[in-house]
Amino acid sequence: MIALILRDLRLAFRAGGGFGLALAFFLIVVVLVPFGVGPETGRLSGIAPGILWLGALLACLLSLDRVFQLDWEDGSLELLATSALPLETLAFAKAIAHWLTTGLPLVVAAPLLGVMLNLPGPAYPWLAASLAVGTPGLSAIGTFGAALTVGIKRGGLLLSLLVLPLYVPSLIFGAMTATRAAEALDPLPPLALLAGLSLAAAAAMPFAAAGALRVNLR
Amino acid sequence: MVLAVMDLSVGRGLVEVLRGVSFRLAPGAALVLRGPNGAGKTTLLRTLAGLTPPFAGRVEAEPDSVAYAGHADGIKAQLTVAENLDFWAAVFGRDEVGAAMDAFDLRGLADRRAGELSAGQKRRLSLARLLVAGRPVWCLDEPTVSLDAENVARFAAAVTAHLAAGGAAVMATHIELGIGSAETLDVARFAAPPPSAGDPGADPFGGDAPL
Repeated sequence: MIALILRDLRLAFRAGGGFGLALAFFLIVVVLVPFGVGPETGRLSGIAPGILWLGALLACLLSLDRVFQLDWEDGSLELLATSALPLETLAFAKAIAHWLTTGLPLVVAAPLLGVMLNLPGPAYPWLAASLAVGTPGLSAIGTFGAALTVGIKRGGLLLSLLVLPLYVPSLIFGAMTATRAAEALDPLPPLALLAGLSLAAAAAMPFAAAGALRVNLR
Repeated sequence: MVLAVMDLSVGRGLVEVLRGVSFRLAPGAALVLRGPNGAGKTTLLRTLAGLTPPFAGRVEAEPDSVAYAGHADGIKAQLTVAENLDFWAAVFGRDEVGAAMDAFDLRGLADRRAGELSAGQKRRLSLARLLVAGRPVWCLDEPTVSLDAENVARFAAAVTAHLAAGGAAVMATHIELGIGSAETLDVARFAAPPPSAGDPGADPFGGDAPL
């Protein structure tokens, strides 16, 4: 399992691996928003938590179709399925690797980009905390979606349609955490709910993903 | 007995391809599957490897004893030859890749990116993984594709050594490998009968079913 995570990280950093794709997308979204809604700092402050969370979520979605597709195309997935590694462990390792290459950079970058949207001061630690707690759940759910659509050529659209509704609760509670912190309200309840969502996803999704992989590998 | 197949029916999707396949492999035995394209060799091998569930019958083997090598090489183009093998060694819980590299003459290529290899070199890397996996039963689907004569001989030597060490192998191949103990199984003998009009489950929407 460690070997699989290390291999995925190494592949992500090599040429054409796609590391930075999500980060660049996130950066572009956040930079473009002030052009779209106007530069008034008051208005930007209000929408900053929502925009940052939405940007992170879409950036995460962007790299999901690579989770299993590349391994499926070159035959590695079949070989991994015949190895001693259970498919559940495989799916869990894939989710961890996806989070390390996509979610973690977003967590680090979000506070920096918050400056561009004039995010209110007290919200910074809570924004980072909500992303750190929420994005693992996004990766776990996304891995399940990727397992469902593996083997479908250009399955990205179907993957988005399957996964986005499942992302809604995380988006609501994640953005709410940062918004409440910005408005000097207690941000802990939505953060706790977000943590619950992520833990449930991390616990259940590897099994769902393994079931989907088993069917798709037949 | 490392692999026993009893009255096995296999198929892809809803279509049954082979029916009533039975054979047993003792340690040191090799079985060569023959048959025309589409006869069901790949489907049988995938079922033996546990990728495709059988329609009926049983495959008896020790858990995690089958190493499968299909049409796809399963190679990461961005990793070097050595990194590819090291990864599979870690996945299969082993740490020795030197012997596998020697068997398929990969030492000189160890630091090359796998994406830069020729098709034959990729195939050698893919076959070296079998040695790295260290499993007793090999299920090989057209293992000699894109290999030249010299490397077919290397492959045959690797199979012979594997059999001598008490392993077993099931191979779908069209060329003569010169492995003395290998038996041949013509899968066309086991072709499943086509769904007949009298079979109510065959095509419920067929218009001309006899009443």
